[in-house]
Amino acid sequence: MSTAGEATAAATSDGATSDGADPDRDGRHQDAGDDLAVATRDLTKRFPGGQVAVDGVGLLVPRGAVYGFLGPNGSGKTTTIRMLLGLIHPTRGEVSLLGMAMPRESAGVLARVGSLVEGPAFHPQLSGRANLGRLDAADRTADPATARTRIDAALDQVGLLGAARKRYRAYSLGMKQRLAIAASLLQPRDLIVLDEPTNGLDPQGTREVRALIRGIADDGVTVLVSSHLLAEVEQICSHVGVMRTGSLVFQGTIGRLRARGAARVRVRTSAVPQAQTVLASLGVCDLEAGPQEVSGQLGEREPEHICRELVLAGVPVAGLEMVRPSLEDLFVELTGEGFDVER
Amino acid sequence: MSNGETPGAPLPLADPPGTGGSAPAAAGRGPQAAAGGPATNGTVGERGRGLVAGNSPRRPAAARSWLRLLASELGLIFRRWRNLALLAVLAILPIVLGIALRVTAPQGGGGPESSFLDQLAGNGVFLAFIALTIMLTLVLPLAVAVVSGDSIAGEAGSGTLRYLLTVPAGRTRLLSVKYTALVIWSLTASLVVSVVSLITGVVLFPVGPVTLLSGTTVSLAQGLLRLLFVTLFIAAAMSALAAIGLALSTFTEHPIGAIAAVLVLAVASEVADNVPQFAPIQPYLPTHWWLSFDALLRSPVATGDLARSFVSFGVYALIFLSIAWARLTTADVTS
Repeated sequence: MSTAGEATAAATSDGATSDGADPDRDGRHQDAGDDLAVATRDLTKRFPGGQVAVDGVGLLVPRGAVYGFLGPNGSGKTTTIRMLLGLIHPTRGEVSLLGMAMPRESAGVLARVGSLVEGPAFHPQLSGRANLGRLDAADRTADPATARTRIDAALDQVGLLGAARKRYRAYSLGMKQRLAIAASLLQPRDLIVLDEPTNGLDPQGTREVRALIRGIADDGVTVLVSSHLLAEVEQICSHVGVMRTGSLVFQGTIGRLRARGAARVRVRTSAVPQAQTVLASLGVCDLEAGPQEVSGQLGEREPEHICRELVLAGVPVAGLEMVRPSLEDLFVELTGEGFDVER
Repeated sequence: MSNGETPGAPLPLADPPGTGGSAPAAAGRGPQAAAGGPATNGTVGERGRGLVAGNSPRRPAAARSWLRLLASELGLIFRRWRNLALLAVLAILPIVLGIALRVTAPQGGGGPESSFLDQLAGNGVFLAFIALTIMLTLVLPLAVAVVSGDSIAGEAGSGTLRYLLTVPAGRTRLLSVKYTALVIWSLTASLVVSVVSLITGVVLFPVGPVTLLSGTTVSLAQGLLRLLFVTLFIAAAMSALAAIGLALSTFTEHPIGAIAAVLVLAVASEVADNVPQFAPIQPYLPTHWWLSFDALLRSPVATGDLARSFVSFGVYALIFLSIAWARLTTADVTS
């Protein structure tokens, strides 16, 4: 009887989360709101100087998602993340983490949330292991008996076990960054928030961090990762949110972001005018002719159909491809070109 | 409640005599065990004891984790080179002072120091009182200012505060641990001065019964006990200063700023305490009662001054801990 009821509830909430996340992965279904690892409503922060850093942001991070939180530097990502974690008090709005209200229930919920906020910060005179020990000691839910095991496991996970006894001040930037990630892995977590985890890393370090995040997500943990570079995170994200001057200008699956760009069809041919005529007759608009090439808006048409019609009309087709604007182009379109300081 | 205890009661009796101590322990944990699950405890009599032991009650667990954080905090303070150097200065200065006083004949003057100085030639114990008096004007406040001013500001400046808070350490809980560690630091600093100067005094000067400021002579043991009380008095005075340092430390990310502010405050207060024009406000100055430890060196002990001193320390500690709490629990952590 109760099993059936639970199954129904699970099915209903599965239907509610349409955007590709797999809420069943962690097997927890207390209520519908619980399907969101992070939910904010009208989150706003006005700093004492009067500057509005974050304005009416409504983040929705489904459980099990890898959520890329994107935006240029200064767009309010870090302030938002600090509000999620209870470090900054919102001027207005609400935050719920794992279905619990922040900052009211922070003592209960934050232990299930690992975080890296605005770069690593540790005591330089202590070793990597001692620094993790310090954070573990601050955690009232941590069992001191297993501290050493958990610390070494976290160090091992980020590949720092060999440098565990080295002082933090002697760590390279990549090692510091990884130690901060290790700190977020000291306890089993349901959500991990990583603010610019690849900041200042070389391409190799970036790849390592990306692999780490992928590994964390594969364990069923929801990951919110911020970056000012889409390219750094697009390969690992299932969802993205894009910030621009304190507002969330896009939020959804990475597929939806991609779909925003209208596809064009590009035909390479030696008979440009002939191809133009055929394409126009098929209803392809916004035609652009170049040397040995014609392109136009694909719309809802099948590229295979266009190809066949061209060939049937006797147009020599040397090549035909679908072109979508890159995610980077879409991202820049959303966030604005660089160099213009908007505030 | 009674159901929960009945099956548990015979178990300790059945235990071998060596583990008889578990009887009061089990009884003590009774209420929590009952709250945790009286039904299970009542029906599964044989495993009752195991349940009581395994059902780790919330309160002792909270206390244990608080102590663990305190141990970590003390480790940070006492393993830091700068702080160890401060303790070394606190230890070396009394030795230098003792040697200097041994090679030069004590000279007369005014104030309580001179009365101590007059006695030093006859009794090395007085080196401890002299050293404490001298160190109390600058070096002890410096040691307390450095560690207390750094307490929150240092963590904020290095960014470790945001990680402690997202653990979550709990802002009030963190503050209580920080202040307890500062009290232990104040006590340690005072003890270092009094123990080192006592040993130096004993080595360099004759030792015997102690003549108090009121003229009464007490046994050496009684004198040493009074030295211990004086040390605790000074530790209390320094703890009040540490509360001020902790409060100032919550307002900045620059520990140097907080440290300097504590020192300026202490020195300004000491200066004002010595300017007659400030007489009406002098009893309310934070440093005014620091030297009142001589109340402990009279017979009978000047309890009035002693009480006023502790009221002053207590009120200062309370006010500034409240400020620190109000600030830390509401502040946006942007560092």
